[in-house]
Amino acid sequence: MYPAVELLRASVSRYSITGLYQGAVGGLNYRRLVEQDALPTVVANTLMWVIAVVGVTVVISLVLAQLLDASFPGRRVVRWAVIVPWAASLIITAKLFVWVYDYYFGALNHVLTALRLAEPVDWLGNDATVMGSMIAVGVFVSLPFTTYVLLAGLATIPGDVYEAARLDGASAWQTYRSVTLPLLGPALLVATVLNLIYVFNSFPIVWTLNDRNPGFGHDTMVTYMYKVAFKSALRDVGLAAAVGVLNLVLVLLAVVVYLRTVRWQDAQA
Amino acid sequence: MTPRRRLRRAALTGAGLAVAALFVAPYVVMLLDALKPAAELRASPPRFLPRAWQPGNFLDVVRDPVFRSALRVSVTVALVSTLLAVAAAIPAAYHTARHRFRGRSAFLFLVLVTQMFSPTTLVVGLYREFFELGLVNTSAALILTNAAFNLAFAVWILRAFFASIPRELEEAAEVDGCSRLGALVRVVLPLARPAIVTAAIFAFIAAWNEYIVALTLMTDADTKPITVALTSYVTAYVQHWNLLFAASILAIVPVIVLFALIEPYLVSGLTAGSVK
Repeated sequence: MYPAVELLRASVSRYSITGLYQGAVGGLNYRRLVEQDALPTVVANTLMWVIAVVGVTVVISLVLAQLLDASFPGRRVVRWAVIVPWAASLIITAKLFVWVYDYYFGALNHVLTALRLAEPVDWLGNDATVMGSMIAVGVFVSLPFTTYVLLAGLATIPGDVYEAARLDGASAWQTYRSVTLPLLGPALLVATVLNLIYVFNSFPIVWTLNDRNPGFGHDTMVTYMYKVAFKSALRDVGLAAAVGVLNLVLVLLAVVVYLRTVRWQDAQA
Repeated sequence: MTPRRRLRRAALTGAGLAVAALFVAPYVVMLLDALKPAAELRASPPRFLPRAWQPGNFLDVVRDPVFRSALRVSVTVALVSTLLAVAAAIPAAYHTARHRFRGRSAFLFLVLVTQMFSPTTLVVGLYREFFELGLVNTSAALILTNAAFNLAFAVWILRAFFASIPRELEEAAEVDGCSRLGALVRVVLPLARPAIVTAAIFAFIAAWNEYIVALTLMTDADTKPITVALTSYVTAYVQHWNLLFAASILAIVPVIVLFALIEPYLVSGLTAGSVK
């Protein structure tokens, strides 16, 4: 727990550029943080990043889990393939996508132009596309874990409830909506909450894919914090710690709000 | 088999293969580019297959002293931190699974909360901590951090598994003259082997792939682990994409093998962990 305490202490302290402790300053770092011009953009980016990545990931994972739960020849191989982005370190995948997205030599533009679908796009250099490109990679790397948690959830559903639904004459879609989804609830909850936390705190993807762009225009809280502490002209550990605390509060808030909404829905049903 | 069923199977297989291809495609691009000479990466229009296959890239990477020292750091950090995490998690998980004590649920909740404090949020605090301890740029700093972070997950998985082992087995062993510790070592641990292996592999993979703490704490070239050292192949000044990819493949392969080994346990392990 020591680093967490140290984080809180640092957020109310001042440090010189070389990291020398210069005494407590109370709430000053938080007031300065609120005054940072970049803050509204960074918070908005973070929310968009989290909501888009978690939302899209969960929806796609539901479909994938259903597919991988069915039995067909070669399922084992498909399951292995789905693990690959999970196994590869995030930084490697992020670097790889920098290359795939590359304007001149990237595979993506190559495929798009070969199929005559679009003109080449500077995915990571264009303000309009960089966020979407990062979100796509975020979803890609979050899918394996989410899918596996949901698969685990599907495995706990006993076969006889399906049998019962079939005897009652339910269609496939009806069965899915009124039998599978409700029973999948706990797994879905775990998958969403863990994803929420991971994606909020995810660093390497935004850090690497947004590397070329100056300023804080496309940063999320964690990369912003890192830049403030170690990279930018500010080099301000106290201020960065304040960002860290704010981030933690946001994560907790998001998890609590999510849990509340889900409980509320349960009460309705 | 009815024709309808056969159609369904074929459709599922087709969908499955498409999904598999989608997930693996970027890494296939990576492998192919790792086999190209540098100049071919800058060919326009780009080609997927190398014109001149150059497996020597892998040799270049393996001979590179930077990669070698990074590999050494990564292996040491991942192995030692995994051993520490599992060694600490077994008694903690066993105790919480078998005994009710004051603060037990608080302890378990705290274990979960530590998951929320991801390394990224804590990196500033961690840096100050190790700075004061004089451990910046030592493997010890990375080992301690990784062991601490993976401990929570290991405790969580192992606790669920220990709780599912019937107590009567231990009691029987004690009747037969085993001490408590003896019962734990001779009866419980062998039964819990799948869970322990799963927890250990997860801890190893997490430590192997850890990036941000290493990026912050390991600033000397010869102390960086693979994840950080890799990025030095492509910077604003040098762009050895083919070497970066060759090194990446070498870093990924052991993890995929480990994952393939635990794949059968993956689903049951996560089920156990998600049920309280």
